[in-house]
Amino acid sequence: MNDPQSPPESPLDRFINAAGFNPRDWTAHMNANGHSGFIGMQYRDHGDIWIELGFDWREDLVGDPDTGVLASGPIISLLDNATSMSVWTRVGRFSPQVTLDLRIDYTRAATPGKSIVARAECYQVRRSMAFVRGIAHDGDITDPVAHAAGIFMLVDGQEWVK
Amino acid sequence: MKSTELPPYARAMGMELAGTDDGSPVIAIDFSPRAMGRPGFFHGGAIGGVLEMAAFAALSAELERQGVAVRIKPINISTEYLRAGLPERLYARGEVVRAGRRVANVRIEAWQSDRTRPVASCWMNFLLSPKTP
Repeated sequence: MNDPQSPPESPLDRFINAAGFNPRDWTAHMNANGHSGFIGMQYRDHGDIWIELGFDWREDLVGDPDTGVLASGPIISLLDNATSMSVWTRVGRFSPQVTLDLRIDYTRAATPGKSIVARAECYQVRRSMAFVRGIAHDGDITDPVAHAAGIFMLVDGQEWVK
Repeated sequence: MKSTELPPYARAMGMELAGTDDGSPVIAIDFSPRAMGRPGFFHGGAIGGVLEMAAFAALSAELERQGVAVRIKPINISTEYLRAGLPERLYARGEVVRAGRRVANVRIEAWQSDRTRPVASCWMNFLLSPKTP
């Protein structure tokens, strides 16, 4: 029903109401602004339970100015987003969730100048929790820069946004 | 990196040193579009970035106190997100549990207006190696 008093549908409303989940579309609309937009996250690929996002090396994302090695903050953010989106990719729709915990092992420093890619998958979903894991690399997934494991809590949509 | 210097990523995010508490630097960040995840809240990764910066700063300060000059590399981080990061100033402070010869273990907490209600709790391990000239 179209209520003339209701505000126009926002991109988020559109994803909440959508029948399926399109990771490319989500990245283009929801990751263009805010923190994800600042990091410059881009959609790369996805499958039935996994998704790949990436961002390019930039001087203002550096953590060690002596070497040009990226800060690990942007890598946490990328793995957080990619693992989060892997849940919606697996269940085939957007549903509100929050990060309960996220553990990241830094297997080596990222090579300065190289783009970072995160491949994340949701390997189990329960009624109130989704279990995820992910790998971040800078070109060769068999030589990763970071490995992540986390849990998302599925929450009530009313509290999810302000 | 000295304990009083923040790297380009931290400065770009708007992080700053907000004094010290019991020898450990307190890192602060105001809420901004650059730090926002789901509409109206801090991004979990942005909070993670602040927690890491507080861990680096706490460890650097401890190593400076000990007079040890070593390179520090992050091994891993594990973060529990306890509450939503509200659109207001956020603080983080690390506590060095142990700084040995090869490994240092740091605990970090982030909070907002009420320090007794933490937003995130975190541990981080670091590898310490001799500085190469």
